[in-house]
Amino acid sequence: MGELRLMKGNEVLAEAAIRCGCDGYFGYPITPQSEIMETLMVRQPWDETGMVVLQAESEIASINMVYGAAATGKKVMTSSSSPGISLMAEGISYIAGAELPCLFVNVVRGGPGLGTIQPSQADYFQSVKGGGHGDYKCIVLAPASVQEMNDFVGLGFELAFKYLNPALILTDGAIGQMMEKVELADYKPRWTKEEIQKYSGKWATTGKPNSRKQNVVTSLEMDSDKMEANNRRFQEKYKKMEEEEVRFETIMCDDAEYIMVAFGTSARICQKSVEIAREQGIKVGLLRPITLFPFPKKEIAKLTCHVKGFLSVEMSAGQMVEDIKLAVHESGCNVRVEHFGRMGGIIPSPNEVVDALKEKFL
Amino acid sequence: MDIKDIIKPENLVYQKSDVQIDTIMHYCPGCTHGVVHKILSELIDEMGIQENTVGVAPVGCAVFAYNYIDVDWQEAAHGRAPAVATGIVRTNPDKFVFTYQGDGDLASIGAAEILHACNRGENMLVVFINNGIYGMTGGQMAPTTIDGMVTSTTPGGRDIALNGYPMKITELIAQLPGTSYVTRQSAQNAGAVRKCKRSLKKGIQNVLDKKGTSFIEVVSTCSSGWKMTPVAANRWMEENMFPFYPLGDLKDGSKEPNLSKN
Ligand SMILES: Cc1ncc(C[n+]2csc(CCOP(=O)(O)OP(=O)(O)O)c2C)c(N)n1
Ligand SMILES: [Mg+2]
Repeated sequence: MGELRLMKGNEVLAEAAIRCGCDGYFGYPITPQSEIMETLMVRQPWDETGMVVLQAESEIASINMVYGAAATGKKVMTSSSSPGISLMAEGISYIAGAELPCLFVNVVRGGPGLGTIQPSQADYFQSVKGGGHGDYKCIVLAPASVQEMNDFVGLGFELAFKYLNPALILTDGAIGQMMEKVELADYKPRWTKEEIQKYSGKWATTGKPNSRKQNVVTSLEMDSDKMEANNRRFQEKYKKMEEEEVRFETIMCDDAEYIMVAFGTSARICQKSVEIAREQGIKVGLLRPITLFPFPKKEIAKLTCHVKGFLSVEMSAGQMVEDIKLAVHESGCNVRVEHFGRMGGIIPSPNEVVDALKEKFL
Repeated sequence: MDIKDIIKPENLVYQKSDVQIDTIMHYCPGCTHGVVHKILSELIDEMGIQENTVGVAPVGCAVFAYNYIDVDWQEAAHGRAPAVATGIVRTNPDKFVFTYQGDGDLASIGAAEILHACNRGENMLVVFINNGIYGMTGGQMAPTTIDGMVTSTTPGGRDIALNGYPMKITELIAQLPGTSYVTRQSAQNAGAVRKCKRSLKKGIQNVLDKKGTSFIEVVSTCSSGWKMTPVAANRWMEENMFPFYPLGDLKDGSKEPNLSKN
């Protein structure tokens, strides 16, 4: 059993980064996630593991620092909240286009614009559909507990290096700020130069010895035929993720007539809503997507022919609901898909969700 | 005598450095980029640092620098090369890292990144090609375009009232304590090329000696953008650019900039 602690979600992200052998963190302060960098600066991992922590001049700079370090084969990350992630969009697109591994965290707050510092899930589209320009996808992990904040740092890096693709932890101010018991991961040493050569030597810009050709990290290709071929390769990669990396959790779905679909904070709320509904004799289950891209399409399609309806519960005007509808459509069976959500930083109460379910379906 | 009798090792007076890749450049005739690429390749070769070097290419005409200089390269987003270089050098402090940037890239869209990287004293070399114009996109006004200069977006000449003043970003950079060596050079003739090479060598050596940021501006021509022949462009640069962008060291070793010339 690993070390047990009572910690805030944001602090755990920092701790998990140090423990998983992360080489560098670059970030810019923004509520509700500033504790990530603050925790790192107090921990001073450069003395302990050699991990670099740098406060950048902006989110634009942070993500480009991540690009530079990632292109040398290092395990690096950044974090921000909604407006900062919008600023990073160009850089993330470059990272996807150059096929670099990295981890970034969005502790979402309510938008649009400067919005509010309260939790929200309204960056779903931005996260799962690409976010910046061009045809690309990020691997998106949605933790629903402080424990998963810990677990997904290591998992995020693992997937990022497996696919040479940016991985995103999409969480929100509630999980970032709340304290829970967490079992921390054991320390893993940072990769040595030899290990970096072994894992990433084919492409990493570590200096060109006579024995090999120059390594060039770029997203640029002026020849459209070659650029299309690059895009085909990216699409193959995303397809493979859809086949191999889908993660989800189901609660009481076996006999359910209605399924709530919710991730992150909303899923925590819905867990309670399921209990309340069951006490009232309504057969409700919960499907919690853990990966938002790749989305658990097949699981939803499988459930479709056995249930009377899906309720997408999101802290947004209804974004994931579109992906649920697509999955239902692909199943061949036809059931109703409804959405219930609160916006602007409001977290719905479990009873509110049950009432919405009754109103829409019963 | 046959040509084969002349091309012999003992008659060799000049040879391209091996670090300069044997290929046709996409640069226009008279373009300064090609000359600076050549000097940089020679220095990387002569100083024996090829194996330790990572270059960061800009968005601008030098976006393809990696096709010409045989080191590991990263291609940065427009203006972000100093942030990219920061990421490299912070996680790889033993590498020699340099950015190679145009004036639109460095002084306009990337003004924040260059100022902050220099202010932090990131241990890297910055090569700044100031041709007073956006070469790659077809000759629009740059922040460095001088008063009255004609570009495609200042067809009547730069108008200070409308466009603001041309920016002497190198003078700003020289104020920052993170920089150890800040100089302005040119490369329009053999003498200037030799001086420019000496400056670049000093800049590289400073980085190898971990002295912080070295910043080398090269006042340059853009025959195509300026719509001049290479010869006329050089003359125009000497007559119009040099008075506004005087050549010489702005700072060398000391923490204080030497701005007396300006
Ligand atoms: C975000 C973004 N904005 C605009 C461009 C278009 N663009 C490409 S190069 C360039 C200007 C380059 O000028 P400069 O840095 O002076 O380099 P030069 O070509 O003169 O060497 C611009 C505006 C871009 N690629 N990316
Ligand atoms: Mg230019």
